[in-house]
Amino acid sequence: MDSYQQILFKLKKYWSDRGCIVTQPHDVEVGAGTMAPETFLRVLGPKPYRVAYVQPSRRPADGRYGENPNRLYKHQQLQVILKPSPDDIIEQYLASLEAIGIDLSKHDIKFEEDNWESPTLGAWGIGWQVMLDGLEITQFTYFQQCGGVDLDLVPAELTYGLERLTAFLQGKDSVYDIEWTEGVRYADVRLADERQFSVYNFEMADVATLWQLFDLHEKECQRLLDAYPKYPEKQRFPLLPAYDQVLKCSHLFNLLDSRGAISVTERVGVIGRVRKLAVGVAGAWMDQQSAEVAA
Amino acid sequence: MKRLPFLLEIGVEEIPDWMIPTALAALSASFGKLLRDSNLAFGEIRTDATPRRLVLRAEGLEVKQADSVEVVSGPPKSAGAGAAAGFARKLGVDATALETVTTPKGEYLAYRRTAKGREAAAVLSEVLPSIILGIPWPKAMYWTGKGGARFVRPIRWMVALLSKKVVPFEVAGVASGNVTTGHRRLGKRKIRVSIADYETKLEENSVLVSAAARRAKIEAGIAALLGDGLCLRADPALLETLVYITECPTPILGGFDPQYLSLPEEVLVTVMRHHQKYFSVSYPDGKLAPNFIAVMNTSADPDGLVRRGNERVLRARFNDARFFWDFDQHKKLADRVEDLANVTFQAKLGSYLDKTRRMMDLVGELGGCDNSRRAAELSKCDLTCEMVKEFTDLQGIVGGLYARAQGEPEDVARAIYEHYKPVSMEDSIPARPEGRFVALADKLDTLRGCFAIGMVPTGSKDPFALRRAAQGVVKILVEGRMPLAVEQLAGGNAQLIEFFRDRVEYYFREVRGFPYDEVRAVMAAGWPDLVDVESRLASIHAVRPTENFVRLAGGVKRIKNILRQAQFAGGFGFSEDLLEAGPERDLYDEFLRLPGAAAGYRPALEAIASLRPAVDLFFDKVLVNAPDPGVRQNRLTLLSDLLTEFSKIADFSEIVTEAGDAPAGPRSCTN
Repeated sequence: MDSYQQILFKLKKYWSDRGCIVTQPHDVEVGAGTMAPETFLRVLGPKPYRVAYVQPSRRPADGRYGENPNRLYKHQQLQVILKPSPDDIIEQYLASLEAIGIDLSKHDIKFEEDNWESPTLGAWGIGWQVMLDGLEITQFTYFQQCGGVDLDLVPAELTYGLERLTAFLQGKDSVYDIEWTEGVRYADVRLADERQFSVYNFEMADVATLWQLFDLHEKECQRLLDAYPKYPEKQRFPLLPAYDQVLKCSHLFNLLDSRGAISVTERVGVIGRVRKLAVGVAGAWMDQQSAEVAA
Repeated sequence: MKRLPFLLEIGVEEIPDWMIPTALAALSASFGKLLRDSNLAFGEIRTDATPRRLVLRAEGLEVKQADSVEVVSGPPKSAGAGAAAGFARKLGVDATALETVTTPKGEYLAYRRTAKGREAAAVLSEVLPSIILGIPWPKAMYWTGKGGARFVRPIRWMVALLSKKVVPFEVAGVASGNVTTGHRRLGKRKIRVSIADYETKLEENSVLVSAAARRAKIEAGIAALLGDGLCLRADPALLETLVYITECPTPILGGFDPQYLSLPEEVLVTVMRHHQKYFSVSYPDGKLAPNFIAVMNTSADPDGLVRRGNERVLRARFNDARFFWDFDQHKKLADRVEDLANVTFQAKLGSYLDKTRRMMDLVGELGGCDNSRRAAELSKCDLTCEMVKEFTDLQGIVGGLYARAQGEPEDVARAIYEHYKPVSMEDSIPARPEGRFVALADKLDTLRGCFAIGMVPTGSKDPFALRRAAQGVVKILVEGRMPLAVEQLAGGNAQLIEFFRDRVEYYFREVRGFPYDEVRAVMAAGWPDLVDVESRLASIHAVRPTENFVRLAGGVKRIKNILRQAQFAGGFGFSEDLLEAGPERDLYDEFLRLPGAAAGYRPALEAIASLRPAVDLFFDKVLVNAPDPGVRQNRLTLLSDLLTEFSKIADFSEIVTEAGDAPAGPRSCTN
């Protein structure tokens, strides 16, 4: 039986063998691997790209104090981007499951319609949730739009739910019982994290402070976006830092939401504020990319 | 002419099951139209599909279009040789090829041009790409790059055969051929096929092309699994879904720990049905059994791996549900009302707290009791519960179950449980008055709100399901026998009243099966409340078969025409003294003896119908347009009074009186 980290090594190796750059997680809080700049910004523009990385994804509202066997505040996704998507992408994906020891001739695989949309990122795609013996193990998306921009090359995004996949392979009913590596359970590594962040997110996060932070990050991002058009040397312009500010805002929004601090009337407005920044960065990024090509 | 079979298989990545039947119908229709427009005769067109292939087969396709002859007419012969040469040059033919035709205007030059019929294969090559890409999808994507072809999912291969030959074309960079592909894991990647062996070759590669065959395989498999001790809870919609998400469907029987049966059955069934696409199973006495049926997209599960995997997933789901149930009990529904301020109903219509308050007022307005008001107050609180966030289909039901568990009166719990009913025209209405009041208040609030902000359904666009809401209101009012004024329910919004009119007519016509003319006749006489409409309709329908009635309807039309032609506006006093003895006086006397609607619609209608001979005789013997203006006005007034009296129940002039077209009879309502 493979441990959690062995499964991870095998998947990374598998995609590395297929031309993916294997990178480390982005170091700003994100709600999903899609939001990391390695996906959000790289899928824009005409440059082919292949990347794979594990992204810890924080969803404050999903926290359960470590008491629910299947639900986590922070779960680990393996994010794979193939841009443009190869014609045999589904076969490659299925072979990746075989590479971690799933004999698909003995299991039931189904592709069930599931289209992805992120209003805060102005992004959406078409795809499936991949079901293995009734368990959703992967979200498979052909991106169509990101930051409000139609994509030149359509990337395939594969998002593996690593905890679920491992629980399946190890036959565990609770993610906390997963064997991370020999003699170490998932709970040993992550339970405290789940418990403490649930307490913070639901009970103790200071709403006024969060709002203040949101405003600060928003302002900082907007300041940069306003400066971009007049900045002479486009390639030097700090758009990646500007995008980190968007991620901060997005995460703060999620935190405020889990605190129940966003009212009906505010909700749509706040999502709109984050989207405006995301779309602004995406547009500037496209421009910067073409400036680079020209230079 | 030679006739050939044709086969088209569009190989696609997994298509959403629910889109397939509509797409097949569209494909079949546009293919048939293409052949007709191209003057190519053909026999039967059949379509079929799996999630990965759309298949069209046509029999007896004409191999070639017939040659056609077209006569191009030129200048008059009298115009001379120069004109003839010019005409020939324009056509690119020799002047000797021209002939002379005689028309009523004289002799003209003409050229008989023969157009060779094209080969069917050439026609198909040319138009199949646009037919394929023209299949309408609710949601399409591009995958070859910006501006590239759009389809429901990427097209990966294409088989197109006219008899033994490939019809060559290309769609989205994929060339047609004679090579298909089998089941993703049980079949070969590349399979050369002919029209004759297409289906058997695929079956050898674990693909059942025919949806009917997959359906039959699922049904037979389930029957074999269940034996005598267990019964399937039939679910035709789920069966269709499974037929179209599998190429090689095989049912398996799984089980779960009976301890989960302590959770409400509604929750268990929803988890199995909506989240896992499992059929539920019950014992012969109807009680839910701790088993389920999953349908795999593979041929067998010899080691029980798939079964155990599915059982583990279900266990996790049930654990979640139990966790949600226990967690939700920490805060009673009653303590969640204020939390609804954080749940959006509609941006312009505010939160669910706003909606709740409006619903409570509405329940009062409708005449609901305290329990109904309490149910309205708590009805939306389950939206803040974890269980409903996870299992959204259980909204209302969960609220009802929680209310019961939290000691609310049974009438309150039940009203919450049922307040989304009826969810379709086949569904029943809430069983008790409390539930009906809350259901009405909920739907009316949505309707009034949306109409007030201009969110009115147009064509197929009805995002808030307002038609269903209005249809539900109609069904509750009629079948719950609630004589409430529709105009008032609509909050006086004229557009909403008209919207209701359509729904009322639809309900009586399509759901209850009353002939359309009876519905129209009754509605034309007013529809202040629907209980009244129903009883008028029922009496009209009962009296209609009598000969008197049908002929009286004819008489009413005549009265209307006479009044219209006379431009009768009323305002004249009526004088009995001006009545002529005989038919006129007799009609008047009978009119006075009419019992009126207070006696009940049916006796009233029968009495009106019995006036028929008197009306006939009146028209036979009495001249309405009497020379004396006073007499004439008096007669018109009499007719007008008669018409008014008759029209209290229905406008008889709407009744179709030609023999032979009386539509079928009504059905009783569903509960």
